[in-house]
Amino acid sequence: MSAIDRAQFLSASSLGLLGCSVCGELNRALACECACWRCGAPLQQRKRESLSRSWAYLLAAAILYIPANLYPVLQSRTVAGDESHTIIGGVVTLWRAGSWPLALLVFFASIVVPLLKLLAMTLLLVSVHARSSWRLHERTRLFRLLEFVGRWSMLDIFVVAVLVALVRLRSLATMDAGPGALAFGAVVVLSMLAAQSFDVRLLWDSAGRNEHA
Amino acid sequence: MARMPASQLVVCRECDALQRVRSLSRGELLACFRCGAHLRESHGERLHHVLPLTFAASVCFVLANSWPLVAIEVAGNRSSTSLLGSIVELYQQGVPGVALIVLLTGFVAPAAQLVLLAYALSSLAAGHRFPGISMIVRLLQALRPWSMAEVFMLGALVSLVKLAGVARVIPGIGLWSLFAVIVLTAAAYAAFDVPGYWEKARAT
Repeated sequence: MSAIDRAQFLSASSLGLLGCSVCGELNRALACECACWRCGAPLQQRKRESLSRSWAYLLAAAILYIPANLYPVLQSRTVAGDESHTIIGGVVTLWRAGSWPLALLVFFASIVVPLLKLLAMTLLLVSVHARSSWRLHERTRLFRLLEFVGRWSMLDIFVVAVLVALVRLRSLATMDAGPGALAFGAVVVLSMLAAQSFDVRLLWDSAGRNEHA
Repeated sequence: MARMPASQLVVCRECDALQRVRSLSRGELLACFRCGAHLRESHGERLHHVLPLTFAASVCFVLANSWPLVAIEVAGNRSSTSLLGSIVELYQQGVPGVALIVLLTGFVAPAAQLVLLAYALSSLAAGHRFPGISMIVRLLQALRPWSMAEVFMLGALVSLVKLAGVARVIPGIGLWSLFAVIVLTAAAYAAFDVPGYWEKARAT
C-alpha cells in the first residue's frame, strides 16, 4: 500500500454530497430526483443499474465476437477468382504483402483491443462483485485505457466501407461486405456501451474506500 | 467577471474523493490526489478560440464531404468514392446495419459535434442562455467517443495501402479536408471543457 492509499479521503457520497456527472459541480444529495444547480444535468449517486447494464452489453458483445471472427468481413471477386477475408485473414494478407507496420496496426485495433476489452471488462465487473481492493489504482487506470482505445476498433469497418465503395471496376474486380462486418461492428458498439454503463466509482465503493471513516 | 474563489471543494468523477483545490494558474492541469484522474484544467481565455476553430472545421467538413476522398485507377478504369458514397454503397449491397454504423460514427456524430459546439459557444458570446443549452452541453460530452472521423481517416489510409500493390491510388481533396477537420476539431475540443464552460457562463 502506498502512502496515498493509507491517507484518509472523505468521499462525497459519505457526506451526503454528490458531484454532477456532467460539469463536476458539488451538489447536496437529496432524496428527490433533482438536477445539478449549475448545469441542470440530472443528478445520480451512481450510474443507474450500472452493473446489470454493463454485464448485459458485455455478454451480447462476447456472443457476437464469435461470428465476427468466423464469418468473412469482405468478399472480393476478381478476374483471378473469388476470395473471402475474415478479420484475421486480412491481417495475414497484409503481413504477407510485406506491409508489416500496417499489419501490426490492424492486428492491434481489430484483434487485441476487442479481446482485451472483453476480458478487462469481465475482470472489472467480477472485482466489483467480489468487493476486491486488489490493485485498485491499476484497475482504475485499466478502465481509463479501455475508454480511450475502444473506438479505434472500428478501423476495420471503415476499411471495409472504403474498399467496398472504391473497388467497383465492373469486369475487373468488385468487393462486397461480408456477414462478419455487421457482427464485428456490433461488437465494437456493444463493448463501448458496456464501458460507458460502467461506473468507475463502484471500484472504490466496493473496496470500502468510500465509507464514512 | 465574477471573482474566483481562492480554493474550492472538488469531487473526483472517477473515485468520488473529496478534495480542496486552490485556483489554478493558466495552463495548469490538476489530477485527483487519490486515483490520478483528470480533475480540473485551467483554460484561461482559450475558450475564445473554440468558436473560430469550430467554424473553420465546419467549412472543411463541407469540403471533405463534397469531394472524393480517394480514387483508384486500374488499366484505364477509374473509380472514386466519398464518405457518403461509401455509406450509400454499403446500403445498396444489402448491409444496412454496417451502413448505419458508418453513417452515425463517421458523419452524423462529427457533424452534430460541430453544430452543437457552435451553438454552445454562441450562447456564451451572446451572454445569455440559449434554449436547451444545458441539454446540448451534456450531449456534446456524450457524443465525444462516438465521433470517429480520425478512425475513418486511418481506415481510408489502410485501404489505400491495401490497394497500392494492384492499382494506382490517388488521394483526393476530400481526404486532405478530412485531415483538416480532425486537427481543427481536436483543437476546438482541447480548448473546451464542460466545468470551464459553466464557470464562464455563470460569470457573464
